[in-house]
Amino acid sequence: MSGDKPAPVRRQGFWSYANPVKFLGFSERILPALWWLSGICLAVGLIWGFFFTPDDFRQGSTVKIIYLHVPSALMAINAWFMMLVASLIWLIRRHHVSALAARAAAPVGVVMTLIALVTGAIWGQPMWGTWWAWDPRLTSFLILFLFYLGYIALWEAVEDPDTAADLTSVLCLVGSVFAVLSRYAVNFWNQGLHQGASLSLDKEENVADVFYQPLLVAIAGFVLLFLALVLYRTGTEIRLRRTRALLARQRRT
Amino acid sequence: MKALLRRDLMLAFRAGGGFGLGLAFFLIVTVLVPFSVGPQSDLLARIAPGVLWLGALLACLLSLDRLLALDLEDGSLDLLATSPLPLEAALSIKALAHWLTTGLPLVLAAPLLGVLLNLPGPGYSWLVISLALGTPALSVIGTFGAALTVGIKRGGLLLSLLVLPLYVPTLIFGAETARRGASGMDPSTPALMLAGITLGVISVMPFASAAALRINLR
Repeated sequence: MSGDKPAPVRRQGFWSYANPVKFLGFSERILPALWWLSGICLAVGLIWGFFFTPDDFRQGSTVKIIYLHVPSALMAINAWFMMLVASLIWLIRRHHVSALAARAAAPVGVVMTLIALVTGAIWGQPMWGTWWAWDPRLTSFLILFLFYLGYIALWEAVEDPDTAADLTSVLCLVGSVFAVLSRYAVNFWNQGLHQGASLSLDKEENVADVFYQPLLVAIAGFVLLFLALVLYRTGTEIRLRRTRALLARQRRT
Repeated sequence: MKALLRRDLMLAFRAGGGFGLGLAFFLIVTVLVPFSVGPQSDLLARIAPGVLWLGALLACLLSLDRLLALDLEDGSLDLLATSPLPLEAALSIKALAHWLTTGLPLVLAAPLLGVLLNLPGPGYSWLVISLALGTPALSVIGTFGAALTVGIKRGGLLLSLLVLPLYVPTLIFGAETARRGASGMDPSTPALMLAGITLGVISVMPFASAAALRINLR
């Protein structure tokens, strides 16, 4: 099609960001925008949610913790899913940035899980009369928390960075299978107190519209915050690795 | 393969400690339970299936540390990796040897310890069945954990952190089978799920273990 003209420089599109230099340049350009957007979304969503929505007729004002609970729970799972995709990319295409992004996402994910667990407990105490119940949803989140801890511990324990990336990727794959398996296994001992999905596409189950809109804004804020944190932490990991390489070279000469 | 199995079994029998240790640990955990929750026999009867499952799981975990570490130290792991036998097969055999020396004795000892915990009559057969179905999965998953942590100094603690979350589904279905059996409900559904998990794990997990071990031996 291009005939005998010199071929234009082939655009690699998405994969060109696997180059650390290009990745750093790109993330530095969009990070300020991400920070601002996530800050604005969080502020709008949370302030709108906390101060400008009516109290629920049954739950009173405690319902407002939903603006922290639901987005963090959502991100806790999606962070693991993102790590799974990044691990697969590392295993298949060997892009270092991908492995580092998975490493960078894990602590963010574990904090999200912790926020979801803690806000859930604070919400559950007045609603169910208990801080904790061995309910499928709660329990599977606790297990997800343990998976995150193991994943981070394995990253810390292996010295060689490539070996660590390989091992944690394999663990992430196997862990995902078992996380799903545990999720359905825990259904076996209790049907639980937790309500069904509040944001499914099935309109019947959803929360009322007054709560829905600020919730969406808060979720957008959490997603943007997660992206910003992961990009930022990935950049830090890349620089750390460069520093280590420079130090090693200096020691040799 | 037979030679490898025979070698691993011989080592476990002769090395002292390795073989009986899991059983002794299982016994001690079971004996400690009445001290910690109180000796009311109806309470013990209710929690017996879960306690026995937990004890078996911990006893399995205890011996995982030695599964590959000793072979790495004396170099036989490198020989295994370069031998014509696929690494997946070698690790399956090692998991089998681990089950024969740790899991099988636990299965056989569980009814005796059930007496100590006042396990109700119909529970015994289902306890043995659930352990027989579930402990192979524990060995195979444990082999994966051992392969992940084999090069790491003081990997034992990390090993338990990595492996215990993976044990959750097996534990849930195993203990559920034993509990339903003990309380006279129909335990066939969780038993089938447990069997499914075990078969699935046996068929897929050796590949993950071999992948992890190859990375560690690189």
